[in-house]
Amino acid sequence: MNPPSTSQESQTGHGTGVFVGLPSFPVAARESTRDGQLRANLRHATHTIRAKRAVAIGELSDWGELRAAGAAIKDHTLAHLDHYLQQLEQAVTAAGGHVHWAADADEANRIVTDLVHATGETEVVKVKSMATQEIGLNEALAAQGIRAYETDLAELIVQLGDDRPSHILVPAIHKNRAEIRDIFRTQMAAWGRPAPQGLSDEPAALAEAARLHLRQKFLHTKVGISGANFMVADTGTLVVLESEGNGRMCLTLPETLISVVGIEKIVPTFRDLEVFLQTLPRSSTAERMNPYTTMWTGTTDGDGPKTFHLVLLDNGRTDTLADTVGRQALRCIRCSACLNVCPVYERAGGHAYGSAYPGPIGAILTPQLRGTATELDASLPYASSLCGACYDVCPVAIDIPDILVHLRQRVVQGGPVTQAGQRVTIKPARGHTTEHAAIRASRYAMGRPAAWAAAQRLATGTRKLHPRSLPIRTAKAWTDTRTLPQVPDQTFRQWWKQHTKNTNPDPGSTTPGGAR
Amino acid sequence: MRVALFLTCVNDLLFPDTGRAVVRLLERLGVEVDFPMAQSCCGQPHYNTGYRHETEPLVRGMAAAFAGYDYVVTPSGSCVAMVRDNYPRVAARARAEGRPDGRLDRAAETLVPRTYELTEFLVDVLGVTDVGAYFPYAVTYHPSCHGLRMLGLKDRPLKLLSAVEGIELRELPGAEECCGFGGTFAVKNSDVSAAMGQDKVRNALDTGAGVLCGADNSCLMHIEGIVRHEHAPLHTLHLAEILASTREQPYRPPVSEAKIR
Amino acid sequence: MTNTTGSSSRAEILRRVRQALGTTTATAAPTPEDIARDVPRDYATTHATRTPLQTADLLAEHLADYRAHVHRTDAAGLAATIARLLTERGSRTAVVPAGLPGDWLTDARALDVDVVTDHPGLTPVELDAVDSVVTGCALAIAETGTIVLDASPDQGRRALTLVPDHHICVIRPEQIVESLPQALPRLTPTRPQTWISGPSATSDIELDRVEGVHGPRTLEVVMVASDAQVTDFPG
Ligand code: SF4
Repeated sequence: MNPPSTSQESQTGHGTGVFVGLPSFPVAARESTRDGQLRANLRHATHTIRAKRAVAIGELSDWGELRAAGAAIKDHTLAHLDHYLQQLEQAVTAAGGHVHWAADADEANRIVTDLVHATGETEVVKVKSMATQEIGLNEALAAQGIRAYETDLAELIVQLGDDRPSHILVPAIHKNRAEIRDIFRTQMAAWGRPAPQGLSDEPAALAEAARLHLRQKFLHTKVGISGANFMVADTGTLVVLESEGNGRMCLTLPETLISVVGIEKIVPTFRDLEVFLQTLPRSSTAERMNPYTTMWTGTTDGDGPKTFHLVLLDNGRTDTLADTVGRQALRCIRCSACLNVCPVYERAGGHAYGSAYPGPIGAILTPQLRGTATELDASLPYASSLCGACYDVCPVAIDIPDILVHLRQRVVQGGPVTQAGQRVTIKPARGHTTEHAAIRASRYAMGRPAAWAAAQRLATGTRKLHPRSLPIRTAKAWTDTRTLPQVPDQTFRQWWKQHTKNTNPDPGSTTPGGAR
Repeated sequence: MRVALFLTCVNDLLFPDTGRAVVRLLERLGVEVDFPMAQSCCGQPHYNTGYRHETEPLVRGMAAAFAGYDYVVTPSGSCVAMVRDNYPRVAARARAEGRPDGRLDRAAETLVPRTYELTEFLVDVLGVTDVGAYFPYAVTYHPSCHGLRMLGLKDRPLKLLSAVEGIELRELPGAEECCGFGGTFAVKNSDVSAAMGQDKVRNALDTGAGVLCGADNSCLMHIEGIVRHEHAPLHTLHLAEILASTREQPYRPPVSEAKIR
Repeated sequence: MTNTTGSSSRAEILRRVRQALGTTTATAAPTPEDIARDVPRDYATTHATRTPLQTADLLAEHLADYRAHVHRTDAAGLAATIARLLTERGSRTAVVPAGLPGDWLTDARALDVDVVTDHPGLTPVELDAVDSVVTGCALAIAETGTIVLDASPDQGRRALTLVPDHHICVIRPEQIVESLPQALPRLTPTRPQTWISGPSATSDIELDRVEGVHGPRTLEVVMVASDAQVTDFPG
């Protein structure tokens, strides 16, 4: 399950480094679908939250309106993003914060590392942040001698277990309570206070163990690192939603706070939060409201960190914005509802998606943030049966199936895209030549009634010769688990000709537009 | 009322029984139905695999094949969803790429409002829920994703089924979950696809029903593939064949298939 | 110092954004009218019509749903209630923000609870040694069961309500609103805020919620009834 250590190093240039060299989705999913324990853990967790979410959403009679408003606020912001970024920068600066701009992961990592070095500290406490996962910040800090302590319970489990996160909200969703207890028992000592003697696998006991393990770190560590759920442009206010209080600890107690936030996290005004604070908690943890939300604006004398740095992260977001279909993905508020309803995620698990963003959102975001050049990233848009459950639950109405298909087009057809701010035209990804030829041939036949009828007759005429299973690779993918359908001895259109001859001898009925 | 049957390429070749059932059903309800020979494929497989450009000729072909009909009725929710959701996109995106094509625009404009999924046509256009069918078996219904989410067929299929004489409907646990077919997904991600299908079959077997009914043969083909691979005691059947079955002319499973439980 | 690092990236990111939006110059600042046109706000202001008492009941119910302990009293009974909660818990020390109304803790003091008033020298480690914290709040939201603290004098800095394991929070009747859309206009965005909905919790183990992680594990909410409600809730 653990990636080899070489893959932990940060890649140079655009994109993210933590997940390089991973196999394509279908290859990874082959392993995970066969892991019975993993399947059971994911099934249990996702089905639990699915049912609860439905109840929480059901309480709001205006869910549809809130969803539309959320989508519209995000679209409006994106359409004026340059304005809102500058407005935000001005407001944060005026409130005593420092704003930094990072074009890619490496630059963001460098900025944060330098900021930590400047404090003279070698340890930081972190509150779970997708952006820092995405850029591989912990690994970059470690390379510079800085130890980052993850404080979110699930992140802690992942960190102690030398594992990778597999869910946006609950990165250790793939672990059950017994596995978590074992990780705590064996690994906590190496990172600080050991697990209590005789630790049970009761969730409450595990939570208590985490509390004891992290308490001293919270009270003494001088630098905190976070992301943010929202940034309010006109006031410079940052917002973090959480449950455990580790966020409050990291955001409040350290002397220096560094927040790394994607540029798409902006909302124009404070009022806009009235939409997202209703939709986000209900979509993610299925609660009316999450236990804790912290809002801060720059620095405040005598309350919280004395120094605040905001690192604004691009890392492929502007490239995503350049795609008029794909840019919807930037509305995402990382609620994870789409993961929790996704039948593919439920069976393949989060690791198969090979990035910080698993599930349906990962399948549309990663190939946009990183491009489709690697086999893994080109396979992600296909990691869906297009069932549409994700679109149904998405609180900002991202049409995920549409974007998936759109990105499939990018993979097989190539075309104009933006990469690191440069407009380029990409070629179709490798490995699709045969498929394209078959698609073209079928389209050719289907576009010509006579050719199509002949092809069908060929299929029915040779039906006795059809095997029950097929040796070639694509066909084998079907027949390993499914028996091929039998081709009947007559196509419908052959029957229809007889049928109309019997009931109505007028041959005109079969010409286009020639209804009786 | 000029009604054309758009049977879909998969049904034409692999499931002609469904086509015959639709014709029988509609004729029994007094609808004269035509099958324009120029039809082939709506382009869904091409489009969903990423070959949007290859889809364009098929979109134009569909418009030509079904020109002049008041209604285009199809027993495949996913093909209706292709027309309704994606034909306008095919046209709009060709335009956005600097290749405006009036025929694509018109194909979307003319086909979208006239194309009906079978149960929509029965309930909304003909206004019937009791089609006079007879089917004395225990049946569980799988609402395919396109019908459930894209088209919002809601309870139309179940209304039609519950009016069938002799039927015993059993609720399918996890009914709203995808069966795992997903077109080329079934081969590109065959492991996940099969895992989803196996769960669907297990849920169907848990109902104790002998028949798993659906309104989309693509999904049923995948599910049936698993059923037969695992020799499971389940018979997959398109809704149209249940609705076409009457006391006078009851449904008869093809001889090669297992007896219905 | 606006921009310690990445100043060329600032220009580059803004250029990329504009290129993505199909323009080379800065997009115009949207006016409030632009926002109003772009964003439909036909969602509900509240999700039911309620009397103030019903709203208070809903708040109590929703706070309790997420395992806050709710106590209801009137103004006259407040000090006694706080004292009772502290002694029942066995708290020997309590910290309070500098602006907490002086009479709230009179009964507790009389029962020998050591009440410390917060001051800038009080470190997190020292706060960790305190048993309880008592504060007011900025407002409370009934539909979500949320208390909002905004660091006003009766609430104090954020660390105060974070480190001690036991938080007693007093809500006065005029501070209760029904919904999010009613709450936000009453808040000053730039004040440091903590929104609290129940004690600390986690869903990180099998997506099942358990209470009690890093924040205060016990949250006690004292709802003070308005004079009109006193007859319903004798102190
Ligand atoms: S895509 Fe939508 S449902 Fe998925 S995490 Fe983002 S906001 Fe939530």
